[in-house]
Amino acid sequence: MEKRALFSSKILPYMLLLPQLAITLIFFYWPASQAVWQSFLLEDAFGLSSEFVGFENYRHLFQQPEYYRAMVTTAVFSSAVAVLSLAVSLLLATQADKQLRFSNGYKTLLIWPYAVAPAIAGVLWIFMFHPTLGTLSRPIKAIGIDWNPMLDANHAMTLLVLSATWKQISYNFLFFLAGLQSIPKSVIEAAAIDGSGPIRRFWTIIFPLLSPTTFFLIVVNIVYVFFDTFGIIDAVTGGGPAGQTTTLVYKVYADGRLGGDLGGSAAQSVILMIIVIGLTAIQFKYVERRVQY
Amino acid sequence: MVENRRYRNLLAYLILTIGIVIVAFPVYLAIMASTFDASTIINGNMPLVPGDQAADNYYRTLFIGGSASREPVGMMMFNSFVMAMGIAVGKILISVLSAFAVVYFRFPLRMTAFWIIFITLMLPVEVRIYPTYKIVADLGLLDTYTGLILPLIASATGTLLFRQFFMTIPDELLEASKIDGAGAFRFFKDTLIPLSITTIAALFVIQFIYGWNQYLWPLLITTQSSMQTIVIGIKKMITTQDALTEWNIAMTTAVLAMVPPVLVVIFMQRLFVKGLVETEK
Amino acid sequence: MAGVTLDTVRKVYTGNVEAVKGVSLGIEDGSFCVLVGPSGCGKSTLLRMIAGLETISGGTVKIGDRVVNQVEPADRDIAMVFQNYALYPHMSVYDNMAYGLKNRGTPKDEIAKRVNEAARILAIEPFLARKPRALSGGQRQRVAMGRAIVRKPQVFLFDEPLSNLDAKLRVQMRVEIKRLQRTLGVTSIYVTHDQVEAMTLSDKLVVMSGGQIEQVGTPSEVYRRPETRFVATFIGSPPMNILPGQVEGPGRVSVGGQSVAVTDMREGLTPGSAIEVGLRPEDVQAGAAGSSALTMNVDFVEELGATQLFHGKVAGSEFVVQASTGQIPADTRQLPLSIDPANVHLFDPQTTKRLGRT
Repeated sequence: MEKRALFSSKILPYMLLLPQLAITLIFFYWPASQAVWQSFLLEDAFGLSSEFVGFENYRHLFQQPEYYRAMVTTAVFSSAVAVLSLAVSLLLATQADKQLRFSNGYKTLLIWPYAVAPAIAGVLWIFMFHPTLGTLSRPIKAIGIDWNPMLDANHAMTLLVLSATWKQISYNFLFFLAGLQSIPKSVIEAAAIDGSGPIRRFWTIIFPLLSPTTFFLIVVNIVYVFFDTFGIIDAVTGGGPAGQTTTLVYKVYADGRLGGDLGGSAAQSVILMIIVIGLTAIQFKYVERRVQY
Repeated sequence: MVENRRYRNLLAYLILTIGIVIVAFPVYLAIMASTFDASTIINGNMPLVPGDQAADNYYRTLFIGGSASREPVGMMMFNSFVMAMGIAVGKILISVLSAFAVVYFRFPLRMTAFWIIFITLMLPVEVRIYPTYKIVADLGLLDTYTGLILPLIASATGTLLFRQFFMTIPDELLEASKIDGAGAFRFFKDTLIPLSITTIAALFVIQFIYGWNQYLWPLLITTQSSMQTIVIGIKKMITTQDALTEWNIAMTTAVLAMVPPVLVVIFMQRLFVKGLVETEK
Repeated sequence: MAGVTLDTVRKVYTGNVEAVKGVSLGIEDGSFCVLVGPSGCGKSTLLRMIAGLETISGGTVKIGDRVVNQVEPADRDIAMVFQNYALYPHMSVYDNMAYGLKNRGTPKDEIAKRVNEAARILAIEPFLARKPRALSGGQRQRVAMGRAIVRKPQVFLFDEPLSNLDAKLRVQMRVEIKRLQRTLGVTSIYVTHDQVEAMTLSDKLVVMSGGQIEQVGTPSEVYRRPETRFVATFIGSPPMNILPGQVEGPGRVSVGGQSVAVTDMREGLTPGSAIEVGLRPEDVQAGAAGSSALTMNVDFVEELGATQLFHGKVAGSEFVVQASTGQIPADTRQLPLSIDPANVHLFDPQTTKRLGRT
């Protein structure tokens, strides 16, 4: 779609674009290309000299068991958060979509966690489930589980999934609710006249009609877990215990910290970029398909 | 809904209420923790009703800071505020201008410029973090507000949002303006900006929250504690040895860190929802 | 005040689509000219070129004695009323009307004088402080007119200004536009696809099709003597019936083997050659049984209140007859037609041009 009515000027449009283009080139393209370049370099221990090593950094990366572990961790973490938060928010959204009194109040009370910083969310949950002073650790210990997310990787991962889900519910809830409200009432009424009960109606009519929203949210949630949970991980586990909750993004950070393995970190960045571009491409393909409907 | 059976609605109320309780409980605990002294919390028996140390905790946190770092959180909040405002205002400024150029002008390399901006949607700052750090360091922008803000406004979200909005403005409005003798600048100032106010406000709300909640970037580029943001500050309070963590101060800080963005969401809910839904299209 | 002169004006869009194919037209000072045609005929493009909203690919546009091809819209001394009104949604009615004057640096008291005057003429004084969204469709339409009036332009341009209104309001505003134009005496060019608007408003009616002018004339000229089959079927409702026929001789054609007399017929047409015979539904009368050459097989009757439409077939072609209610019994199955030779229109099947007396 293009505008029919336009202004004509030779210089003005470039002047208008200049601020954004300048910032984008300096802080986006330059560093991104540096990341690509660095991934082919090996720096010495003091960062004084570097040499071109081709795909050595990548080869080295794929020889590390830690890298595969980070991949598995990321996959487990992403899918657990995506499934859990989508399920919970779909349940809440279908309830909030009913003609209830105070439905706006309920909505407000469900969406505000979006505003909480991931790192703060992590702090809230570690406080709640702290092995010695957590209010909720006590009942867990009382049923005989030796709860300690500082030492037990499974406990740590559980805590991460819970806090990441908690933070993401509000976002998914909003989009599900918007999706539900955009389903024409007449379709649901027609289904009711056709004699299908509420549960059957949900799975045969509403859920299929929501599938564009669901698909969109799955992609967004995966990207969310990839990147935005950095703060949660750093606050709750710091990637531990023993690196067992280190995700791909956290590993980029940890490996490159304090002038560590910059080449290896850059190689990981490049792989991450490729993954994200792939995810985005999938999303666009789907958006395109939706446009054709 | 078609059915209007009472028990079904009761079930809905029940589910929603449980949802709200789960969502609110961690924050409730934090608020409670901010009303007790450190020892009450440490022994693991914190009551679930408010204590009497609130005034003391909030005063100490805001103006003095924890006993380990001695950084007043008030100052961190100021830093967070400057960063959030800078990111929100900066993004709106550069993106409204570039969207105006892309939508209302035809010029060589227009689509190239659009794609250069558009691609930035795909890659969050996290994947290019060290090279960006190096550039900001080379420019001498470590520990500055400029360094905190500029790299985070390089994004396409705003440009796309404004472009999308401008496309919905009828062509006739520009034509009427032309007949009324308005050039590009007048049209921008007299018509486009007034019409975009809601979009601007919605984008502002989203970007303010985004800026306030930034973590990794400020963590890397602030070395002086006087430049810390509140989200970084609280993390530093609890990473010290467990026994030394002043949980009352940490949780007070957590509450303070949540207040501004949560208030924004609650009181500007309509704009917030609009911003959130539309930036994702 | 000034007239508008178009000289072989062309519009070619990218991809070599020719929207306007060399239109020449003179519009006299103070007259009301209506461009009418189906959508895509180039009438809006032509208007927008006069306004300066589209570049002119070829030919010249003159307003008064000045060639305005390269002149900015704001400097052409025109005012335009858009189909969707294009009111500035964030400005009050007053500011909407004042905006163009402000941009020109007109003094404040002069602006106030002109806006209030226009508001008085259009009876929108009570709404001056309101925003457009607080107005009804008809009121918005008036504001759009007001915005044009305050400019005191040489030419008013109207781009289908009534098509967003409901039927009743449309009739009312049509009358008001006509009255206003008479009062102000400003040259007006009006684009519409509605032939009733075109007939009622115009001093000069321009029928367009496929980027070209089909016919220019007064409304009654165009109705009485359509120059092409397109004009014949486009102007008039229900549209003119067209029957295939053959030339018999001077002043006579045959339709379905029956002979029909024609007053307005070109001389020297070859007998036996094909010809198209046009008859307006309202020009055909019921004849006495057996008296007429042509008979219609009636399929069904539409009641319109004052009149009835008889639908059926004549000589194998679709045919409609309009008659005052009660004139023809509604259960008529065979309707003999009485035709006044003066009301028969002839067209060339190849060129579709009128084959009337030269």
